[in-house]
Amino acid sequence: MNAVVSHESLASPLAADKAAQLHRLLEGLAPHELYWVAARSAALAARGPQPAQLPAAAAATERVTVLYGSQTGNAKRVAEQLAKKLEAAGLPARLVRADAYVQRELAQERQLFLVISTQGEGEPPDDARGLIDFIASRRAPRLPSLRYAVLGLGDSSYPQFCAIGRQLDARLAELGATRLDALAEADVDLDEVATPWTAAALERAREVLKAPAATVRTPLLQAVPSHAVHDRENPFAATVLANQRIVSRDSEREVLHVELSLEGSGLSYRPGDALGVWPRNPPALVQQWLELLRLDGEAEVSHNGRTLPLARWLTEERELTRLARGFALAHARVSNDAGLTQALEDPVALSALLDSHQPIDLLRRYPAPWDAAALVAALRPLTPRLYSIASSSAVVGDEVHLTVSTVDYEAFGERHWGAASAFLAASAEDGRIPVFIEANERFRLPADAARDVIMIGPGTGVAPFRGFVQERHETGAGGRNWLFFGNRHFAEDFLYQVEWQEALKQGALHRLDLAFSRDGAGKVYVQHRLREHGKELYAWLSGGAHLYVCGDATHMAKDVHAALIDIAAEHGGLSREDAAAWLAELLQQGRYARDVY
Amino acid sequence: MSAAQSDFERIKAASRQLRGSIAEGLRDPVTGGISDDDGKLLKFHGSYQQDDRDLREERRRQKLEPAYSFMLRARLPGGVVTPAQWLEYDRLAREYANGTLRITTRQTFQWHGIIKRRLKPTIAAIHASLASTIAACGDVVRNVVSTANPVETQAHGEAYAWAARLSDELAPRTRAYHEIWLDGEPLVGEPEVEPLYGTTYLPRKFKIGLAIPPLNDVDVFSQDLGLIAIAEDGVLRGFNIAVGGSMGATHGDPSTYPRLASVLGFVTPEQLFATAEAVVAVQRDWGNRVERKHARLKYTLDHRGVDNFKAELEKRLGFALETARPYRFEHNGDRYGWIEGHDGRWHLTLHIESGRLADRGEQRWLSGLRELALAHQGDFRLTCNQNVIVANVPAQERGRIDAIVEAHGLDSYRRNGAIRSHAVACVALPTCGLAMAEAERYLPALTDKVEALLAKHGLADAPILLRISGCPNGCSRPYLGEIALVGRGPGRYDLRLGADFSGQRLNRVYRENVDEAAILAALDPLFAGYAQERQPGEGFGDFLQRSGTVDAAPDRRIPLEVTA
Repeated sequence: MNAVVSHESLASPLAADKAAQLHRLLEGLAPHELYWVAARSAALAARGPQPAQLPAAAAATERVTVLYGSQTGNAKRVAEQLAKKLEAAGLPARLVRADAYVQRELAQERQLFLVISTQGEGEPPDDARGLIDFIASRRAPRLPSLRYAVLGLGDSSYPQFCAIGRQLDARLAELGATRLDALAEADVDLDEVATPWTAAALERAREVLKAPAATVRTPLLQAVPSHAVHDRENPFAATVLANQRIVSRDSEREVLHVELSLEGSGLSYRPGDALGVWPRNPPALVQQWLELLRLDGEAEVSHNGRTLPLARWLTEERELTRLARGFALAHARVSNDAGLTQALEDPVALSALLDSHQPIDLLRRYPAPWDAAALVAALRPLTPRLYSIASSSAVVGDEVHLTVSTVDYEAFGERHWGAASAFLAASAEDGRIPVFIEANERFRLPADAARDVIMIGPGTGVAPFRGFVQERHETGAGGRNWLFFGNRHFAEDFLYQVEWQEALKQGALHRLDLAFSRDGAGKVYVQHRLREHGKELYAWLSGGAHLYVCGDATHMAKDVHAALIDIAAEHGGLSREDAAAWLAELLQQGRYARDVY
Repeated sequence: MSAAQSDFERIKAASRQLRGSIAEGLRDPVTGGISDDDGKLLKFHGSYQQDDRDLREERRRQKLEPAYSFMLRARLPGGVVTPAQWLEYDRLAREYANGTLRITTRQTFQWHGIIKRRLKPTIAAIHASLASTIAACGDVVRNVVSTANPVETQAHGEAYAWAARLSDELAPRTRAYHEIWLDGEPLVGEPEVEPLYGTTYLPRKFKIGLAIPPLNDVDVFSQDLGLIAIAEDGVLRGFNIAVGGSMGATHGDPSTYPRLASVLGFVTPEQLFATAEAVVAVQRDWGNRVERKHARLKYTLDHRGVDNFKAELEKRLGFALETARPYRFEHNGDRYGWIEGHDGRWHLTLHIESGRLADRGEQRWLSGLRELALAHQGDFRLTCNQNVIVANVPAQERGRIDAIVEAHGLDSYRRNGAIRSHAVACVALPTCGLAMAEAERYLPALTDKVEALLAKHGLADAPILLRISGCPNGCSRPYLGEIALVGRGPGRYDLRLGADFSGQRLNRVYRENVDEAAILAALDPLFAGYAQERQPGEGFGDFLQRSGTVDAAPDRRIPLEVTA
């Protein structure tokens, strides 16, 4: 039976009188009535600020836990889908974000599905750092009664593909747990792997819990937010209201400010969320592919039951600007080039190749007799790109603003584009862009508006902070706002300069510290400014300030992290270990949030 | 003063002797500019905040502030520059400014495009080269100009020494300049006292120019205080004093006008300094501090009366001015090429179109002057017609100098048509905040067209004085051009005609607010008439006057011509 957990098995947050009151109310209710009450309560709870941990509602032995760690929202989305399927199948399940998971419950866990992404060079998502450290540590309990399956998410264009998923899968086995299914590894075209994995997970859950085939709907205890009409699979065609370069004519890069209309979409967003953009590959690039491969763009090509002209496959359906290991290997086979094949076997050379080449560079360098159908099959599906939203709907209404750095560069003597930025750059006013909202619960302004916020956003990493400052000013938030911004040149690349000046005048922004790396003799970055103002920064944090970092993950986020540890050590009088632990604690509490890529 | 004083007066009074919050503004990293109030005070330190107006609208759309930069103007009395100074100014132009040096109509250098964080090191370097930028702009006595060509007699040297002394002694005394730019000790307590200027300085800028007849290259009648050196038998006897000249006016406001200075009388060299200081002091006390556009000395004179002004001056001096001595000016242009001085040294005047020293293609003028500065043992003189004189060259060095000049395309003075040789243009767009139309950037194309027109009428060799100004404020002294264009709007100018070629008669509006086609169409028949009807040696402006093309009536604002 699916029983409600006895009061004793959970640490109750209720005072004695409230607990007694609740007990009286619940006494004598039938199980389906109890479930209704539980679901109703959960729905009410979801409207207010969420507590750090949610009580498990079904006995660990009798339910499935779907646990996820997500940076950009993909793992969360897959976990939500699984939880919904479990719910629809009448199986008791709970959906828990990794940082909301109570670590001591792990020992009692019986059925666990884990969806976890790997960032950049093998990093975990920020919300899973604490849990992963715990599982990896010697404190982790033996788990002989646990049955589990892990879905790792990653991007095969990085060498450490799905490293965190692999690590968790191996470690759980090492702790004595039993796999319900082998580790699955999903690439950026994640549905290719995630959809079958979800279906299999559902079957395993059914088998394990021996649920009746037909059952009453069992609402999830953590309510999964109801989805808008438009989502990832059903994007909204947003009208371009403005598309404006916001760096000077002398800037070495192009950065665009794009304003889109969400009017009539039913979509809404909160500061910190991202906008998903479904790009189309640049027509010039598609043309280059067709010419290089001597293929006919008009030719109909069938794949997975769909038939489209090749040019449309390449423009709308296939990834042409990101090189993945899979395509590189396929191309090595088709080209039958010994040098390429050999290079791909060496992990270092492979990594360098994936970092520096787009697929077309391989086509040019290693000619290969691709036929259209094989090409479509070998290429990954095109995936949407996520942009941190640069506006607050409190200020811009049903518009959404983006800050887009255009990827457009010369390499190997040829011009290269990024799919989404080229698509956006080429979008004139009144053009249509397929979009959806990707919520980012890990990157939220403090619920307590009186808290100070410190925002570190060099380059286009400043985007969400434009939204933050708009939101905080419009809603009359009492806390102070401190922004660190950096870029190459003051005169050319000071994104939203006039707006920040105005925000300072109006008191919407309280401090602005700048680092322009190419203006002086020495290169100055935001982390240098953090250190310069370390004492004050530490005082803000000690006073409860929330800290946000957005932008480059490879260098900036690490350098900023290191600077923060140094600041805590110097100004908090902590050892380096304690300073690191202090920062990890901030991360765990959600007071140090990162949106890095 | 009963009416409310102008905002500028409030800013000066509150500035603690020109400090304001300039130092704080320089440190503000969020903007490349400084506040409006500090911008007004910054002028007294020799700098204007400007922005690239070509980019203004584009950057507004880019959510970027205007491309602010600073123009910096040196104070070089008499336009004298040593080779060592030249090399330093050249370096500043290349390293800190936009790669050009601009010779101004006030005989000094301007650097353009200096961004905020480079302003302080640039000023410090100018100071280290024993020059300054203080009071190169602002409501003070500006750089004192003096006839450039050190040709004739011993008297020239003495006259220049007077110009330098006036420039030094009439400069502000505030330590603000040292504090802000040279890391001087910051002010503690009450600011120092300015004995001449007080806390609000002058009502408006004040220009002093010294001319040594027969050359009027400084346009002595365009100065607030004009000094006409009177030499007899090579000995400097003293100066005729002329007051109330000024070029500035405002379109559509007949209460503003250009005016030539009124000659008040003669003083001896010993009386000169006291007289100059007293003229400045009367203007300080009598000048209009309510309306800045009526604040120049010329309006003080016209409102109070020249005789009253002279009486007040003599009262303060305690002596009467002598009657003005006779003098005669031949022209107000420069004399190009080599000229031998009284001491056997040689002076080479080079033509620098619009005073802009830059390296452009074959024309490597900036580098050429640097090479000259490296090779040359004498000095350089900047002229009020935006040219440069390589001065005090021993005869045997001339060949070496000529070789450098030729190698860098600086010998254009040999080939230029007459009208190009004498043309003067202000800076205007894109940096000048006041410009309504192009000037410097348009001059070459305009000159080509006017030259073609002159050639059509067989007038290619006619020395006609052409001046173009982007606005009516008159930095290129356009009201003294035989032909002058004064900017009204993009591509549109007032066409003014009929000045003489010696800086003693103002021109008149001939066509108002017209474009290039209309300007050329208006000039065409006038050139035809001039070619056919001119008398021997008659200038174009004089011809237009005699033929009745422009109003011949004497203007009360133009002093009667004084001849020997």
